[in-house]
Amino acid sequence: MGRYDFHGFRRENGRVGIRNHVIVLPLDDLSNAACEAVGNNIKGTLALPHPYGRLQFGEDLKLHFRTLIGTGSNPNVAACIVIGIEPGWTNHVVEGIAKTGKLVAGFSIEGNGDISTIAAASRKAREFVQWASEKQRELCTIQELFVSTKCGESDTTSGLASCPTVGNLIDKLDPLGATTCFGETSELTGAEMVCASRAASKEVAEEFMRVFNAYQEIIERHKTSDLSESQPTKGNIVGGLTTIEEKAFGNLQKIGRKTKFIDVLKPGEVPGKGAGLYFMDTSSAAAECVTLQAAAGFVVHLFPTGQGNVIGNPIEPVIKLTANPKTARTMEEHIDLDVSGILRRELTLDQAGDQLMDIMIRTCNGRLTCAEALGHREFVLTKLYQSA
Amino acid sequence: MATQFIVHDKADTVGVIVVEDVRPGQELTGWIMQTDETISLKALETVPLGHKIALRNIKSGDTVLKYGHDVGRAIADIGQGRHVHIHNLKTKRW
Repeated sequence: MGRYDFHGFRRENGRVGIRNHVIVLPLDDLSNAACEAVGNNIKGTLALPHPYGRLQFGEDLKLHFRTLIGTGSNPNVAACIVIGIEPGWTNHVVEGIAKTGKLVAGFSIEGNGDISTIAAASRKAREFVQWASEKQRELCTIQELFVSTKCGESDTTSGLASCPTVGNLIDKLDPLGATTCFGETSELTGAEMVCASRAASKEVAEEFMRVFNAYQEIIERHKTSDLSESQPTKGNIVGGLTTIEEKAFGNLQKIGRKTKFIDVLKPGEVPGKGAGLYFMDTSSAAAECVTLQAAAGFVVHLFPTGQGNVIGNPIEPVIKLTANPKTARTMEEHIDLDVSGILRRELTLDQAGDQLMDIMIRTCNGRLTCAEALGHREFVLTKLYQSA
Repeated sequence: MATQFIVHDKADTVGVIVVEDVRPGQELTGWIMQTDETISLKALETVPLGHKIALRNIKSGDTVLKYGHDVGRAIADIGQGRHVHIHNLKTKRW
């Protein structure tokens, strides 16, 4: 057994998960009530209500489908029930998930009503959950692991220690052949040239800058101020961060000192170039970003926080670390790893990276994260523009 | 030795307070991470945990350096040992 092997669930398409969820996924806002009823009826299932899915079009609709199909396809999901108001788009999502070989069934409400739909979906969910409950964990290697990262409610301790701890681990995971991902396009503002210099090729650097500039255009078009209190957030400012540039350099510490990113992904896009570090074009809002990374098939998340962002995700466990001694003390139930010892010079960055590796492998083996234990299941879809 | 503030890069003009109780007049010990040097500085006002302190006199309009990079422009003169935050430092973007 290798040093970083773990016990996970190997799925029909060969991908490896670390959780064994049976999810009940609404196509649209109108189907949330039915999905939540199925989630209540059948123990061991998890409903994922969300506010969108009606009258979307163009790139925004594509993103909606990509996120739902990706969520159902994530290897942390054993089986999936999809419920929509009408059968057309519902079946589109069901067929997308079925390509993984996973157990999936769709139900639509029009012409049936909620109660009949809930009954039929509950019967199917009962079958799925009992089938999933017999799945066994098996030995998997670190090369099969997909790890994402994003920070939140950062402060200056994030840039000094918790983000560099993630970076230290990314620099260790990359030569081991893991697949990793960072995002937060707007939150690289001021550090974008340094980020572009970390691309593995000129083409990847150019694509990064294209995506970065497109996001800047959105901000320029809609801004009414210098974005102070939005980016940096009010929490960031309380924590001592003053400007977006300062925040961006702290954020970028998460990709370490050596690792180069090999591709630029669209929001929620599944990596297609094999093992390595990927940049994904995402919002910098925590739940939106993690939801997109989970939809792209990432199974475990590393989340440095300064002031104490409490985010979780329903299907991708979120491991939280902080270097802020006050946050570690006052919000202890949210923090999986306290690296404030770095600031007291009691802990080296390399030791902190090893500690994060250890807690990540334990999480992959089944240890519940603080966010899982506390029931944090923020499932937040990114919407690009108004519906038609 | 106890460290009250940390500096990312030798070129930086600000450091970060990493303890909860810095008072005006206090002599502080700092650590430059890049070069592993120890430096000292007198705080001229209360600076909370995680907030920045000026390592030298900064003039209004000067670029402020952290991580060895441009993190914004001073909008007021800032004396060495003073608190650096939104009242005297602004983004150059957006």
